[in-house]
Amino acid sequence: MSILTWTWILTGLSFALYIYIAYASRAKSTGDFYAAEQSVPAVLNGMATGADWMSAASFISMAGLISFMGRDGSFYLMGWTGGYVLLAMLFGPYLRKYGKFTIPQFMADRYYSNSIRVIALLCAIFVSFTYVAGQMRGVGVVFSRFMGVSINQGVIIGMALVFFYATLGGMKGITYTQVAQYVVLIIAYLVPAIFISMQLTGNPIPQLGMGSTISAEGAAKLNDMTTQGKYLLDVLNNIQKDLGFSAYTNGVRPRIDVWFITMSLMIGTAGLPHILIRFFTVPKMRDARSSAGWALFFIALLYTTAPAIAVFARTNFVKSIHNVKYVDAPSWFKNWEKTGLVGFKDKNGDGIMTIAKGDVKDPKSKNEVKIDRDIMVLANPEIAKLPNWVVGLIGAGGLAAALSTAAGLLLVISAAISHDLMKGIITPGMSESAELWWARGAAGVAVCIAGLFGIYPPGFVAQVVAFAFGLAAASFFPCILMGIFNKKANKEGAMAGMIVGIIFVAAYISYFKFVNPAVNNAQHWWFGISPEGIGAVGAVLNFVVMYVVGKLTPEPPQEIQDLVGSLRYPGKLVTPPSAGH
Amino acid sequence: MSIHATKELQAYWKENLVIIAVHLAIWFFVSFFCGIMVVDQLDQFMIMGFPVGFWFANQGSIVIFVILITTYVYMMNNLDKKYDVHEG
Repeated sequence: MSILTWTWILTGLSFALYIYIAYASRAKSTGDFYAAEQSVPAVLNGMATGADWMSAASFISMAGLISFMGRDGSFYLMGWTGGYVLLAMLFGPYLRKYGKFTIPQFMADRYYSNSIRVIALLCAIFVSFTYVAGQMRGVGVVFSRFMGVSINQGVIIGMALVFFYATLGGMKGITYTQVAQYVVLIIAYLVPAIFISMQLTGNPIPQLGMGSTISAEGAAKLNDMTTQGKYLLDVLNNIQKDLGFSAYTNGVRPRIDVWFITMSLMIGTAGLPHILIRFFTVPKMRDARSSAGWALFFIALLYTTAPAIAVFARTNFVKSIHNVKYVDAPSWFKNWEKTGLVGFKDKNGDGIMTIAKGDVKDPKSKNEVKIDRDIMVLANPEIAKLPNWVVGLIGAGGLAAALSTAAGLLLVISAAISHDLMKGIITPGMSESAELWWARGAAGVAVCIAGLFGIYPPGFVAQVVAFAFGLAAASFFPCILMGIFNKKANKEGAMAGMIVGIIFVAAYISYFKFVNPAVNNAQHWWFGISPEGIGAVGAVLNFVVMYVVGKLTPEPPQEIQDLVGSLRYPGKLVTPPSAGH
Repeated sequence: MSIHATKELQAYWKENLVIIAVHLAIWFFVSFFCGIMVVDQLDQFMIMGFPVGFWFANQGSIVIFVILITTYVYMMNNLDKKYDVHEG
């Protein structure tokens, strides 16, 4: 059967599964809609969190980015996983003990202020929309590359599906579809990696294969028998150096920038509302701890495979293209040429493809091969000549990754509108059924807006992704952390800290991304910290301001200090009013 | 609740904070220190085909993060039992 048939079959089956699950677990109460009645087992919550977290970007783009960046790409790997250590130890269990539905609600209760609720809900909506725009575009792109429909049609199919299970099932429906989506996406990611690792090194575990020696079969695949028995990473380092790049296992980015980006991604991850609310869905405090562990375990399966795919793909790609006659180019190259994602421009007219530093369009560069980073994962199975069903699997996996993240984000937006804005601030007396209608309506409207972003992608989306992490790092992270670990943190401090953090990060990113993009380089950055890494500095500012202002203003009321005290212990214990600090 | 119980709870919280501090110290050491700050120095050593610093940056820290959460969960579950605050 052809790739197209396989893709339709696998995608159709997986969609039918998602729809069935959503229907079977439809929400009947607001507790169901926002927090799945706090009945999700820790392992399943971990899986759902993994699917929620791993977006179209993680699935499609990350390995490709890393394969071009070498060791510098490690800030994605460490940054997007290290946050879970913080979540497990600093946030998850305490938010679960608090036991209500949204992050803005937690902030409002802890800091006894509706103004904070408004700031928090605006941040949550902004962060979520920024993120969801990319997901819907990802859905369209996967559809159009694998299934022969237009990007817009793909976006609309994706919208209809997310609309169905997000509005009907709420958190409960989303959780169980995410579990299914995790299974689909991880199989789709691992299968090609295992095949390729076997081919090149004889080791079926890609994580180990990338550090192994090249087998005889692998050397034959690479058309270079001299590589047999050598370590794959050594071979790749030599290839890179021969082409004029730095060695793959060396970094070129300034160390301080890597440090700050990693930190921003970690604390941003720990401050993202769609991840935080997943801890509301488990039955107990101890489940919240272990579900963070399960989440990281399931994420680590993909995140430790990504650098292996990056190494395999880079080696395979260079060896099968560089110094090869264009007429002898492998079939995958010709296939993907039609999409415009790869291309060959014979600058010196010798009919041989040359890979070198620099852009194809740059007449000074010797490079003659254009390659889009995203194809490293998408075309990988074809490059390794894997069976058609494996290629079809990639399409289903990419869609699962994009749809699961989109659904989690839409729930945050919907809860921010119905629970925090309508019920929390505008009409506090609202009935549960009215609130549920608002929640479903808000989810519906949010799906449509997300779809519009997918069909008419605003050019600024790529630029504002740094905002999502920067804002989460500089606003939510410090306020939630201090809210749990410092009983004396008060509303004046939290308010001032958040505002300073947000304004600082927004100003820094806007300046380099929008106002003056020409100077967006290491020479002009403060201390060499790029806009992607500035969130960590914003967080520090937030902490300092919160502490100083908190010292100068009245302590929080006793009942708030008692609330904080009660968050710290599992079970039904309440701290007596006299417990003090 | 008696004053005694309150003191117990404070001791529980203190032990929790110590456990967190130790785990976060390791978290910082493997990622920010081994994976970024001294990565070039560690890269001079090869283990099983991996330059050591590169391994920490690409895979090692992630593997250690998973282990860290596991030991944290294990230690906290024991702590819950020790202070008799465990859930059902």
